[in-house]
Amino acid sequence: MSNSPTTLFDKVWDSHVVRKIADGPDVFFIDRHFIHEVTSPVAFLGLLTRGIGVLSPERTFATADHNTPTINQHLPVEDPLSANQLLQLEKNTAKYGISHWGLGNPKNGIVHVVGPENGITLPGMTIVCGDSHTSTHGAFGAIAFGIGTSEVEMVLSSQCIMQPKPMKMRINVNGVLGKGVTPKDVALYIISKLTTSGATGYFVEYAGDVFEKMSMEGRMTVCNLSIEMGARGGMIAPDQTTFDYIHGRELAPKGADWDKQLAYWKTLKTDASATFDEEITFLASDIEPMITYGTNPGMGMGISKHIPNAVDIEGGVATYEKSLEYMGFAQNDSMIGKKVDYVFIGSCTNGRIEDFRAFASIVKGRKKAEHVTAWVVPGSHVVEAQIREEGIYDILTEAGFALRQPGCSACLAMNDDKIPAGKYAVSTSNRNFEGRQGPGSRTLLASPLVAAAAAITGVVTDPREFL
Amino acid sequence: MAYDSFNVLKSSAVPLPIENVDTDQIIPARFLKATERTGFGDNLFRDWRYDKNDAPKADFVLNNPTYTGKILVGGKNFGSGSSREHAAWAIYDYGFRCVVSSFFADIFRGNAINVGVLPVQVSPEFLHEIFTAIEADPKAEIEVSLPEQKITIVSTGTFENFAINGYKKNNLLNGFDDIDYLQAMKSEISAFAANR
Repeated sequence: MSNSPTTLFDKVWDSHVVRKIADGPDVFFIDRHFIHEVTSPVAFLGLLTRGIGVLSPERTFATADHNTPTINQHLPVEDPLSANQLLQLEKNTAKYGISHWGLGNPKNGIVHVVGPENGITLPGMTIVCGDSHTSTHGAFGAIAFGIGTSEVEMVLSSQCIMQPKPMKMRINVNGVLGKGVTPKDVALYIISKLTTSGATGYFVEYAGDVFEKMSMEGRMTVCNLSIEMGARGGMIAPDQTTFDYIHGRELAPKGADWDKQLAYWKTLKTDASATFDEEITFLASDIEPMITYGTNPGMGMGISKHIPNAVDIEGGVATYEKSLEYMGFAQNDSMIGKKVDYVFIGSCTNGRIEDFRAFASIVKGRKKAEHVTAWVVPGSHVVEAQIREEGIYDILTEAGFALRQPGCSACLAMNDDKIPAGKYAVSTSNRNFEGRQGPGSRTLLASPLVAAAAAITGVVTDPREFL
Repeated sequence: MAYDSFNVLKSSAVPLPIENVDTDQIIPARFLKATERTGFGDNLFRDWRYDKNDAPKADFVLNNPTYTGKILVGGKNFGSGSSREHAAWAIYDYGFRCVVSSFFADIFRGNAINVGVLPVQVSPEFLHEIFTAIEADPKAEIEVSLPEQKITIVSTGTFENFAINGYKKNNLLNGFDDIDYLQAMKSEISAFAANR
């Protein structure tokens, strides 16, 4: 048995099973646990009610990101409910000895940006957080996925959760990506083909030339969006790109420990003859810059295409028509030229330095359209510092954009960064659900390049015109 | 947190024949600011249920007194999107104890069981039969038997069996939860951690 071929996912999963329950889930050990202010308070309350403690506080890391303001972070948070959640996180982490990067801390930022940035996320680990985009960390060859608050309480109290092992899917994308096609477009393309539930029940491994050549930032964007096709998570085998990214980061292994871990990380790949429950292959040359037109991330298409007709769509016609009605679009419409009111660049999907470099590459020397309100929100203070150091800040300022402070911001609009009802936002975030960016808001998901082109012209624009 | 146990539930049902009902619809993010788990039922399906002036929207099913019951019947891919357990809390807090669909998103399915709401996955054909039965008679009763893993449209007697693993079934039948289980094996977990 021990010599039978296994996948990357099997290797990491199987080595973390504490106990297998017959006709039940695996008791699954968690190496790293991230928490934030919104999905943790009830878990801590549960510990208190049960009279139990935190088993391994050194394995949990807290950051404040979901409801934090993106301006004037030095002032008290005005919303009393948000302020209370931030206070509870501070108190709970202090009480149990958990590391906490709160508002104002130079390490603060979006949980899925700061984890990798500080060397907490490593290959072969199991990583969870009460946030579905925890799948981001799979970019490092880790098994990472989102959990509910009951499970946050389980991890705090026992460092384990109870999960049945998902099925395995491999998605290959081979070839060379065209001009203006980014990792975000690759992910939106895959989701549009699989639909928003096409990978439910599976854990995905991404393989093929396109991912091998992709930067860590790009891999994080792709793995981040795994949940949007229903997958619990997605992962990419670690390679030299991964090791180079991790090396030297503050909490990454050092010295002899580095050498030892590196030797292990190099074993983390799918055996040549290992099999998957499902395997799908796409061609890079079929992918163009993508944009969504509906109310789930599966409703996306190449930016030059027309909105599909209901008859050509898998699923219920009524649901499809309801979605287009909400968006104010019609079947067979072209997206090019649609008016844009807001542009948001940021989030755990596209809030890393590479995303701002891409955005700046188009806005450089141009001016923001006057009627467009743009929110430029770095994923962390580290990203913010890079934006300034690399001169991106000056490019943005000259083009009429203001840089905000880090946080989840308009991705889920728990703070004041809300898109008004009926308005259209081209957003680099991850969800275009009804009201996701504020009640009545209409979201068009796209890459930083598409967002930049829309910010300049004020309408949906093919970014290849600017490249 | 231990919850009510679940055995047999016989109730009329509330139909929501929409696909891909995401957790942002079940409970919008702006209502996630509480630090306790109760009170979310008031904001269940907030933006489908109320207009921008907080007036109930007459055409939404929860505002139609014709449809009541402890069972919510949703379209395919129920509970997609955000991992917020608040969605399951809101469904529970409103009074539902069971959600029926032809397909559930993974995280929602797990969260629902963890808070004592039984997700029952049926075939698309049986889901259609349930919607038809409710359309014909809004008071049509549905019986969900966890011990038998069986869901029945009472008026016609048509039924289907549903899957649930034995461990979770036993938890729900007895009101046990995973944290109790994990607490009882802490020394095994510590030994596992030490050997890594």
